[in-house]
Amino acid sequence: MTTYESWRELSASSGLFFFVALFAGILAYALWPSNREKFRRAAETPLRED
Amino acid sequence: MAPNDAPAKSVTFSEAAMTLLFIAFAAFAGFVASRAHTPAYAFHAALFALGSIVAVFALLKRYELRDAEAPAPFIDGRPNYNYGPIRFCALAALFWGVAGFAVGLYIALELAFPAFNLDLPWINFGRLRPLHTSAVIFAFGGNVLLATSFYVVQRTCRTRLAGDLAPWFVVLGYNFFILIAGTGYLLGVTRGHEYAEPEWYAILWLVVVWVVYLIVFLATLAKREEPHIYVANWFFLAFIVTVAVLVLGNNTEIPISVFSPRSVIVWAGVQDAMIQWWYGHNAVGFFLTAGFLGIMYYFVPKRAERPIYSYRLSIVHFWALIFLYIWAGPHHLHYTALPDWAQTLGMTFSIMLWMPSWGGMINGLMTLSGAWDRLRTDPVLRMLVVSVAFYGMSTFEGPLMSVKAVNALSHYTDWGIGHVHSGSLGWVGFVSFGALYCLIPWVFGRKLYSLKLVDWHFWIATIGIVFYISAMWVAGIMQGLMWRAYTPQGFLEYSFIETTEALHPEYVIRAAGGGLFLIGALIMVYNIYKTLRAPAAASATEFSPLPAPAQ
Repeated sequence: MTTYESWRELSASSGLFFFVALFAGILAYALWPSNREKFRRAAETPLRED
Repeated sequence: MAPNDAPAKSVTFSEAAMTLLFIAFAAFAGFVASRAHTPAYAFHAALFALGSIVAVFALLKRYELRDAEAPAPFIDGRPNYNYGPIRFCALAALFWGVAGFAVGLYIALELAFPAFNLDLPWINFGRLRPLHTSAVIFAFGGNVLLATSFYVVQRTCRTRLAGDLAPWFVVLGYNFFILIAGTGYLLGVTRGHEYAEPEWYAILWLVVVWVVYLIVFLATLAKREEPHIYVANWFFLAFIVTVAVLVLGNNTEIPISVFSPRSVIVWAGVQDAMIQWWYGHNAVGFFLTAGFLGIMYYFVPKRAERPIYSYRLSIVHFWALIFLYIWAGPHHLHYTALPDWAQTLGMTFSIMLWMPSWGGMINGLMTLSGAWDRLRTDPVLRMLVVSVAFYGMSTFEGPLMSVKAVNALSHYTDWGIGHVHSGSLGWVGFVSFGALYCLIPWVFGRKLYSLKLVDWHFWIATIGIVFYISAMWVAGIMQGLMWRAYTPQGFLEYSFIETTEALHPEYVIRAAGGGLFLIGALIMVYNIYKTLRAPAAASATEFSPLPAPAQ
């Protein structure tokens, strides 16, 4: 394999794992039950202001 | 305030430093102007010198007029919001919007009737087209984003905008960049990169302005009184950070001399093309999408008087959008010298973008759930909601067009123009109008003059958009089919000029649609003019756009 191809393959495969893991983390954060109250309050922010 | 109680007024460090910097810059720009290689560059250097001198006088005048003490962060327990720069940007957006739409109409007429270019170099299609795109995207859209981001970050953080001179430097500096870029196009100064036409000196200036914008925004977030950073601010921050990265990436160029407007890009050929469309598509993704989604996440809940449908969806939607958009650029380079895997990557990520895009659309639309009747009575809310519907429509169309087989038909045709305008007129235009109809009464402490006129604006502009995009769909598909038509003998059936002749009726309909959109904007300007002429309401912060609904 050429340097170009090996680098391309490495970045594509490592990128895949990195982004899937990152996205799983974000999903967990968004759906974590104990965050529910925090997000409910956050959603009210524009309506609560003076 | 009685003069005796007031402490003695003294010059702040930033006032002194900025005055000295502008004096030095005026001298430097004047020197460059005297040695400039081309008349256009001499004109621009002179504009920089003149702008710097005006800035020095403005700083002196401001010192003369301001109170001795810095503005209090709170008055009676309420944040003392800084609306001055927001007022300026909101009105600048109206001015640039009308100018940009008018230039768009003129070039649409030039395409239908080429005699409109009057054989003058300054107003031919090639020079007016970037003037139109930059005026509507960067001048109109940019000022809307500056105004709304400075408003939303203050209100949702419940704190005064950071900085004293810095916000004014950002808004005036940005509009000065627009002036340099726009006059440059007319005089033939261009890098020839789509949506990235300004030359190195304009970009350097923009980068300075943009970094100050980022610092003002971050500093305001840092001193927030709210524990959580509201999602609209995430979108604004993503917009600011990414645009900085994109502009730096796509302008890696070396000026041939400080006295010349010309520069040479570091990379050439397919690398240049790839970076250009990485920039170009993310200008769509982060300037025209992320920034305006920030507007949606504040103004739709505010106007509908109910919280966003799902805050969790907004988090997932935000991160998915950010991660996917950045890879979609190669779909602009299908069937070119770009490696095949890169083309496929661009296509794949474009298709995946369906999910976050529709996540955002669902979140915006479903916020209305239980309040749909408001669409009948409030044309401003209707404008905001229809903009979200257009967002959904054009983000469905975009991934479709990025599929290689579809792209083989659609690329280089007017279908692309139709797609872009359903996004820019329908989504960006309408969400901006809706936000400005809310924002201008709020920051000027006035009541909007006429909802009836907003209704007229809405319908005239909507009919204009429908004319525009349906004409361009028909034109684009016809053009694509004519280009690929073969005779039984295997020759191309149509010459290029035959395809342009066939497009004439659609080009006339397109110009009519653009004309209606411009008329809508003029109605808006009249409405805002009448709003600002009326006496001020009691207080901007006490003012509510609509009576509170019975719960």
